[in-house]
Amino acid sequence: MTNLTFPRGMTRRGLLKGGVALTAAGLILPAHMALAQTEPKKGGVFRVGIGHGSSTDGYDPGLWDQLFVQTFAAARHNYLIEIAADGNLVPEIAESWDSADGATWVFRIRQGVSFHSGKALTPDDVVASLNHHRGDASTSAVKPYFDPVTDIRVDGQNVVVTLNAPNADFPYLMSDYHLPVMPGMDGKIDPASTDGCGGYIVESYEPGVQATLNRNPNYWKPDRAHFDQIVLLTILDPAARLNALMTSEVDTIDQVDPASISLLESRGVARILSISGNAHYCFPMDARAAPFTDNNVRMALKYAFDRQELVDKILAGHGSVANDNPIGPANRYFFAGMEAKAYDPDKAKFHLKEAGMDKLEVTLSAANAAFSGAVDAAVLMSEKAAAANITITVDRVPDDGYWDNVWMKKPFCASYWGGRPVEDQMFTTAYLSGASWNESFWSNEAFDKLLVAARSELDDAKRRGMYQEMQRLVSFEGSTIIPMYNNYVMALANTVATPEKVSNNWNLDGFRCVERWWFA
Amino acid sequence: MTGLWRMIGQRLLLGMLTLFIISVVIFGATELLPGDLARELLGQSATEETLAALREQLGLNDPAPVRYWNWLTGVLQGDFGLSMATQKPISELVGARLGNTLFLALYAAALSIPLSLLLGVLAALWRNSVFDRASNALALTAISFPEFFVAYILILWLAQTGLFPSMVRITGATTTGDLLYSAFLPALTLTLVVTAHMMRMTRAAIINLLASPYIEMARLKGMSPMRVVLRHAVPNALAPIINVVALNLAYLITGVVVVEVVFVYPGLGQLMIDAVTNRDIPVVQAIALIFAAAYVLLNLLADVLSTVTNPRLMHRT
Repeated sequence: MTNLTFPRGMTRRGLLKGGVALTAAGLILPAHMALAQTEPKKGGVFRVGIGHGSSTDGYDPGLWDQLFVQTFAAARHNYLIEIAADGNLVPEIAESWDSADGATWVFRIRQGVSFHSGKALTPDDVVASLNHHRGDASTSAVKPYFDPVTDIRVDGQNVVVTLNAPNADFPYLMSDYHLPVMPGMDGKIDPASTDGCGGYIVESYEPGVQATLNRNPNYWKPDRAHFDQIVLLTILDPAARLNALMTSEVDTIDQVDPASISLLESRGVARILSISGNAHYCFPMDARAAPFTDNNVRMALKYAFDRQELVDKILAGHGSVANDNPIGPANRYFFAGMEAKAYDPDKAKFHLKEAGMDKLEVTLSAANAAFSGAVDAAVLMSEKAAAANITITVDRVPDDGYWDNVWMKKPFCASYWGGRPVEDQMFTTAYLSGASWNESFWSNEAFDKLLVAARSELDDAKRRGMYQEMQRLVSFEGSTIIPMYNNYVMALANTVATPEKVSNNWNLDGFRCVERWWFA
Repeated sequence: MTGLWRMIGQRLLLGMLTLFIISVVIFGATELLPGDLARELLGQSATEETLAALREQLGLNDPAPVRYWNWLTGVLQGDFGLSMATQKPISELVGARLGNTLFLALYAAALSIPLSLLLGVLAALWRNSVFDRASNALALTAISFPEFFVAYILILWLAQTGLFPSMVRITGATTTGDLLYSAFLPALTLTLVVTAHMMRMTRAAIINLLASPYIEMARLKGMSPMRVVLRHAVPNALAPIINVVALNLAYLITGVVVVEVVFVYPGLGQLMIDAVTNRDIPVVQAIALIFAAAYVLLNLLADVLSTVTNPRLMHRT
């Protein structure tokens, strides 16, 4: 029963070539998931082994950056808006939201919700929670989201957010995992507090080791948070994680090593959940540094290696070929019909000739800190590129300090993105000229104009056209090689049941496995 | 007796000096690490502005000697300061982990020291016998494998068959009994790793003595071989044995990070790795000092004990 949950007929090339209905594309659960059809049952202790977590983790929402703290947050907190498993926005603390012009957003705050401490949730708490990420003194990672925000105020039971320019996607940003609603005091939240209004109350937390939470008896959602207790465990070693699952020390693990998937399946104690989302592995080239200044050189490199081989060997098939497009199949405006780039040494040579070269020598810096298998991927690329007269020298650099010393410092290196649920978020974060995390230093005037214009375009068909054009620009003129989307690969004990649809916007059912799953 | 106390006092002072020098070395080494705490804390997706704000907040902009001095004066007053990453007192962070590490070290020592002494004495007694060769070969095999390999083999044999858990969970409700059961595999792994060293030293020290004239005398008196070894050889072999036991104890406290990772054991080693990768310098310094202190103290203890067990050294003044 433990086949991939990604049906064979719909994989990879199918997605790219066929233009399958992509809103449904993440999802993925075929008939063998009979378990998932049963009604949720209450009870049990749900133990999750997570391959992240460090003794330096904390409660400050602005600093959260990995799966352990994200899942821990989803267990104890609620957000203004939730991204449902099908990718649509659904109300959470905000009962409804509306905007007449795209610049002034009104969120109606739910009444009758209380924090674990017993304090009733008010719109003031929401304002305090959002303001934690605003202002010069804020150290929040999502501070840039609030740069366009000119005002946040309470209006009766509403919270009104004013932007300096229309942004049709603003509610999507409010679903970000950094933005839980926490209790405010004099307009500020206490970033060291565990208090939230989520489905579970923190019993104990030892950063880098474990967190234990008990069900919140007063939780306002009747059909969520089915477990009596949640135990989140940091298990960094992939083999230890697998052992923990096989010896029933935990019920679910994330990041299953692709090499051990078939071994795990043959044991019959667990099943694999492989979810295709927007997460992708990439190789940014510094568009300001020769020879990458010439788009022909970039195109030559894009044609010079075998994407399918990377998916098969680096991801063991748990992923799909990407067409240098950071917008993934789980995005609303994913451009599925874009002309694919197959491995084609002749085309690569053609582009080299256009650039006035007959051979090319570049150095690719890689470490497995960028993604698991990055060094192997670089070696595979260099093997294949040789046929196109391109010599890629693989510079294996240390994991430690990779993001400081290599990423955005060396002209050609490996990187990864968790993907973003909103196209604008992804592009603004990493492709807009001069953006702080524009890792390829790519700058394209047409792209920048389109990006700003698309934000305030409220006509859906027109927006789709604009986003498709932007994807084409990034793919064919951009300076980032994106060969593959990597699936979220989890392993679940046979006792664990999931809803029919498992979210693909983030790992572990959009971090919400703790709230959405149950024991069959 | 005063001579002994004087020696302990001298050693303690020298130990303090060693620790001071080590603290300078550690601080210098951590300064050489690339990258900075603010970047590690905020991750790949941090912008320059947020980085600058956090650096200012944490006092990372002060020059290195100033930061070292502030830290050292704090430590001398018993205050290790706050962790830069979590803003929690380091004593609190380190305290629980140190307890776990000491527990595992003592557990492994309680298994391995009697085992290796017993095996060592028996191997000396029956030297060149099948028993001697077999125990030597087994101990050397165990020490020759990397720790993680021994650990995985034990998991395969003893955890996947359901006899022992493959990972250790320590919560407030964990009793010592539970802990002894769940930490058995890591303790056994460490036992296998350290036994060979102690056992072979015991065997060598005793065999060395068995050639001495006074042992010959004891034999000629008609004593049983066991009595010869236990009453006459072992007391004189204690000094080298104590030294090697102390070294291995220090290793059990400071060098078990691989075993901690494989068995998900929340010990000091893992905390130190976290601190290094996050550039949480005060935590690194505190743990490094603890490790250094463990070596200094255990060596001191070994010296004192070998003096006490040797009347010739005790009455030398």
